[in-house]
Amino acid sequence: MKNLFIILLAVIIASCGNAKKSKEGKQAEINITAAGATFPLPFYNLAFKTYQQKTGATITYGGIGSGGGIRSLKDKIVDFGGSDAFLSDKEMQEMPAQVIHIPTCMGAVVMAYNLPDIKDLKLSGEIVADIYLGKITRWNDKRIQDLNQGITLPDQAINPVYRSDGSGTTYVFSDYLTKISKEWETNIGTGKSLKWPTGLAAKGNPGVAGTINQTPGAIGYVGSEYAFALNMPMAQMQNSAGNFITPTTESISAAANGEMPADTRTMITNPSAPEAYPISCFTWIILYQEQAYADRTLEQAKGTIELLKWMLSPEAQALTVKVHYSPLPQAAVANAQQLIKSVTYNGQAIQ
Amino acid sequence: MRDKIFKRILVGCCILILLVCAGMVYSLISGSLSAFQHYGFFNFICSSEWDPHPDREVYGALSFIVGTLLTSFLALLFCIPFSLPVALFTGAYFRGKKIATFISSIIDLLAGIPSIVYGLWGFYTFRPLIIELGLNSQGFGILTSSIILAIMIIPYASSLSGEFISMVPNELKEAAYSLGGTRLDVIRTVTLPNAGSGIFASYILALGRALGETMAVTMLIGNTNNLPTSLSDTGNTMASIIANQFGEADGLKLSSLIAIGLLLFGITAIINLIAKFIIKKFNG
Repeated sequence: MKNLFIILLAVIIASCGNAKKSKEGKQAEINITAAGATFPLPFYNLAFKTYQQKTGATITYGGIGSGGGIRSLKDKIVDFGGSDAFLSDKEMQEMPAQVIHIPTCMGAVVMAYNLPDIKDLKLSGEIVADIYLGKITRWNDKRIQDLNQGITLPDQAINPVYRSDGSGTTYVFSDYLTKISKEWETNIGTGKSLKWPTGLAAKGNPGVAGTINQTPGAIGYVGSEYAFALNMPMAQMQNSAGNFITPTTESISAAANGEMPADTRTMITNPSAPEAYPISCFTWIILYQEQAYADRTLEQAKGTIELLKWMLSPEAQALTVKVHYSPLPQAAVANAQQLIKSVTYNGQAIQ
Repeated sequence: MRDKIFKRILVGCCILILLVCAGMVYSLISGSLSAFQHYGFFNFICSSEWDPHPDREVYGALSFIVGTLLTSFLALLFCIPFSLPVALFTGAYFRGKKIATFISSIIDLLAGIPSIVYGLWGFYTFRPLIIELGLNSQGFGILTSSIILAIMIIPYASSLSGEFISMVPNELKEAAYSLGGTRLDVIRTVTLPNAGSGIFASYILALGRALGETMAVTMLIGNTNNLPTSLSDTGNTMASIIANQFGEADGLKLSSLIAIGLLLFGITAIINLIAKFIIKKFNG
């Protein structure tokens, strides 16, 4: 009992010491609040924690979904919002003020499957679209077999799995299929949740991954960060150059090597780069260009900008691969840095 | 003086709860208005179309209403053969005996298990069994979730109906025995008719619990937004579509989800009122 008391006391003293130390830090009073997409959450957790240890600024990021992040930004209760989908022109107009999009890292959507005897499955966008449209129903379908010479595919039903909750992963996946298949575009389209003609649904990446693992013959789309961490079997996808690409951090980053608009609002699915994985995506931090809103101080605005600048630095980008994301290519970083320079406080450039 | 203060506090607390309830109903109604106005109340209830495509945006609640009612009533059906014997065992045959207390406390334990645990068990243990039996190729569906639901509501049905069975006056039973009736005769002609409405009410309450169950069902029903045509079909329920979709929903979709919430609230309220009414009649 006495020991316990001493330990408790030691912990309290130690934590007081910590608090004091962090107060001496440069930006001790900076307290950044943000909310949004859950897809980049593991990366943000790691990056913000590292930044916190470096500078002492406190960052709270709530993983409430992209939609929730944008709503919070609209209500001006956060310093920035996280989103897996960029705002459309219409959505930009609905925001109370001009916003900018800063990409922070890259990820991808991978096709995970459950066929115990099959390694190195090769698929194309057309085939994936037809599986989810219910037009290809068996694994030994001639079109899949033709892509996979040298492997005997089983005569087994395909169980496509999709996300039951609204999700940025679904958005990226359907954006890719919309570009690939005319029929997909007219019947199903692009969105965070869709009207699926066939298949099973499960909640979140863990739900989809678990359902694939438990269901023989299943195929499903999973966030790359999740699939890499779990080491799930995933298909090589044929890109627009005709190459079959295994999803890796390099092949995902390669997808953003092409042309990029100055405001970074672009979907990079089905890119032209020959070594690029075709279902790759950015995730963005969205913030107001004019930082003087809702009683925010100049220090708060500066703290936010400092954080974003650091997120684009090589140090932070190197953290992406540790949690199975991909770093931004140089072109995207340059665009994002240019955008950060455009941020103002009361009309004055912050830098 | 102290009595007065105490009384005021009590009144205040009761009013507060009423206000919270009224506020909930108000926000549900105001949130769902735009969906009802856009699609029309009956059209919304009777349409099974759920298409979030931005150019079309059609939302109807029928497939979820059917999914909810189908799973709940099936669960009720499946739970009767287990909960009724348990109720008779603890309330009539072994009333007051140690074994009865033991069994009823084990059964009550089932009620205390969080529904996510049922979901996990269903997902990892029960679903492979369904696949093994060849009922369908992926193991999800109306049948799987109804069976799990049935296990979940057994304690609600059995403990309450056990109470009602043990409340049957001893004089009646003794009279029946004295006329030479066997145990079965007594249960058939005295106990069950006497406790009948109470037993019925306890099943209605169990049904109310099944209607609102979210987590375990969402993990096992397959979450496909179609009208189920057979027991092995996948489907979706009102509670699970809300749990799945509210995070990224806005505009008309959010309003439709709130409208489904209002409908679910209405259905469970009606079921509970019916049960209350029957219990009151029985006691009166």
